Amino acid sequence: MTKRPDDSGADAAPSVAWYNDPTKRGYLFQALTLAAVIVVAWTIVHNTAVNLERRHIAQGFGFLSTTAGFDLAQESISFPKDASYGRALLVGLVNTVIVAVAGIFFATIFGFLVGVGRLSHNFVISRLCTGYVELLRNIPLLLQIFFWYFAVLGVLPSPRQSLQPVPGWVFINNRGLYLPEFHFGSFAGWGIVGGLIVALVVSWAIRRWARARQMETGQQFPAGRVTLGLIVGLPLVLFALSGFDLSLVAPKKSTFNLSGGIQIIPELIALVLALATYTASFIAEVVRAGILAVSHGQTEAARSLGLSHGQNLRLVVIPQAMRVIIPPLTNQYLNLTKNSSLAVAIAYPDLVSVGGIVLNQSGQAIEVIVIWMAIYLGTSVTTAMIMNVYNRRMAIVER
Amino acid sequence: MKTRILAATFGVLMGTTATAALAGTLDDVKNKGFVQCGVSQGLAGFSQPDSAGNWTGLDVDFCRSLASAIFNDPTKVKFTPLSAKERFTALQSGEIDVLSRNTTWTMSRDTKQGKFAGVMYYDGQGFMIRKSLGITSAKQLGGASVCTNTGTTTELNLADWFRTQKLDYKVVSFEKSEEVVKAYDAGRCDVLTTDASGLYAERLKLTKPDEHIVLPEIISKEPLGPMVRQGDDAWFNVVKWTYYALLTAEELGITKANADDTLAKTENPDVKRFLGKDGSFGADIGLTNAWAFQIVKNMGNYGELFEKNVGTTSPLKISRGINALWTKGGLQYAPPVR
Repeated sequence: MTKRPDDSGADAAPSVAWYNDPTKRGYLFQALTLAAVIVVAWTIVHNTAVNLERRHIAQGFGFLSTTAGFDLAQESISFPKDASYGRALLVGLVNTVIVAVAGIFFATIFGFLVGVGRLSHNFVISRLCTGYVELLRNIPLLLQIFFWYFAVLGVLPSPRQSLQPVPGWVFINNRGLYLPEFHFGSFAGWGIVGGLIVALVVSWAIRRWARARQMETGQQFPAGRVTLGLIVGLPLVLFALSGFDLSLVAPKKSTFNLSGGIQIIPELIALVLALATYTASFIAEVVRAGILAVSHGQTEAARSLGLSHGQNLRLVVIPQAMRVIIPPLTNQYLNLTKNSSLAVAIAYPDLVSVGGIVLNQSGQAIEVIVIWMAIYLGTSVTTAMIMNVYNRRMAIVER
Repeated sequence: MKTRILAATFGVLMGTTATAALAGTLDDVKNKGFVQCGVSQGLAGFSQPDSAGNWTGLDVDFCRSLASAIFNDPTKVKFTPLSAKERFTALQSGEIDVLSRNTTWTMSRDTKQGKFAGVMYYDGQGFMIRKSLGITSAKQLGGASVCTNTGTTTELNLADWFRTQKLDYKVVSFEKSEEVVKAYDAGRCDVLTTDASGLYAERLKLTKPDEHIVLPEIISKEPLGPMVRQGDDAWFNVVKWTYYALLTAEELGITKANADDTLAKTENPDVKRFLGKDGSFGADIGLTNAWAFQIVKNMGNYGELFEKNVGTTSPLKISRGINALWTKGGLQYAPPVR
């Protein structure tokens, strides 16, 4: 047996040039790579600093505390007159989160419905769902946003001729959707929130107990119905005890717009609709693939054990399909969040749009771009992390 | 827009190309043989491509004047249409040599983003509204939705004005002027606000221009002028004195039509110095001594440019007002060529 040069043996290692020694060569290349990365990074930072200096552009993030002096179309958190650029960016971030969360919520629902629909034995439903997927995922998202914004919401009547689905309370016009504002009395408000929290905790305990009991004795307990009743019932009872202490503030017509109530601006509606329907077409495919990935033998086995169709779906097919679905689903959620930056095209003040305003008003291009990158990286990593935790819980647990 | 900002950022990050541009814009311009001029994406009277794709307007003509001074050829200009948001980055990164895009001269822009070389148009911010709403004064605008451009002084003035008037409003701000007008026309907002000159220009683009009025209030000072990068005095001088040459020509009564004649016959020492018969004023700023003559011969004087693009003979029909020469009660004033 021949000895390798790096084998430590009793014999003296045969003399080999250091550059032929794989270990040392490995170190050399790692050191070179590291040095190259450091040099490139240093060059970028140094050049940036020198060039900014030469152009008399201030550096650093100090500008974030300067007064912004502009207003935003949707101020989801308070944005007072003397608020700073930093606050403006925060408003933008909250607006992005709102779009992302609403978009993910609706996209998931549409996506699951369409994905299951494509597998339906009903010819019309399955073809409709196929058509939906093929149409929506092949049209660029920006065009879909414009479609919703200009073609659908743009043609709504003016505030004076608002549509009123619930006359006097809900208004729809080209300035958005107006809903009444809910003002709960303090007992009613706390009762509902407190009741909900208590109900959730108790429900969780009941489910644990029901599962443990079933494991031990095989007896089932209708945990689903009981907990649902609790979650809905307890807040409702407390609300009733307060004497239904709720006042509604309806939007009122004023000279130009409607005042009072809650306004949901058309830009937000258009963006959420476009993002949700577009991403749903991808989620539908993910869901379909996930369900098809569960072998038919599983269903047959479930049937032969006497499980009903619903139980088969709920206990056998879906849990296994979820394992296939979750990783690509995470991707779609991340895509949706990043795609929400197209808001800039229709005046929705999301992070990119507000950042653009700040960039232009303050002239701090590099800082704003760094903030953009950091925040999008942060939100993407956070979403991915949450989905990873969920994925780990859904993965096969070996017993 | 994102690509452009990113490109600009990489320009700043990498530094090499941009550093070369900083060496001297005038030399660069002479070497490449044309002026790269940043203009708007379409604002009637100021910078707008016509049906044949030729750029026209007051801001465009300023760039052509600049090319005339340098190359004696007004066609040696390339135009870069920029949104309000992109403009300063484009200038700072060296993508354009001069920004002639109805940009308001403010202190922070003049000290941080670049240098203003003069005021081509003294403007002020106004409001446009549908006649059918029956509003006659901006003070009745409480609760209105207002369409505006992002990243402009307009946006800031708007907020300031409504605050001082203690009125509520809702802002709807778009990046491109075109989108602002479209949204206003579609009824997304009640009021359109921008510089008064811009309002008259944008009104022409509406489906029914006659149904809209401009309210009497002017809520801000908006001196609009060409802008260059900081730290390049030679180029700054050329741009600044191109502007003064346009004013001086009008003051001295030299027009596009009579420029040749005046040059041949004049005995006026002011005119002789201006047209390069006396002294070496042009050579001193890195041009030929005939620089001012070239401007007037090719383009005309300030008054001619004003009338042609935005004045009473143009579709905008704006009167000279405070944009008249100081000799006629206006604010346009050039230091002497001496």
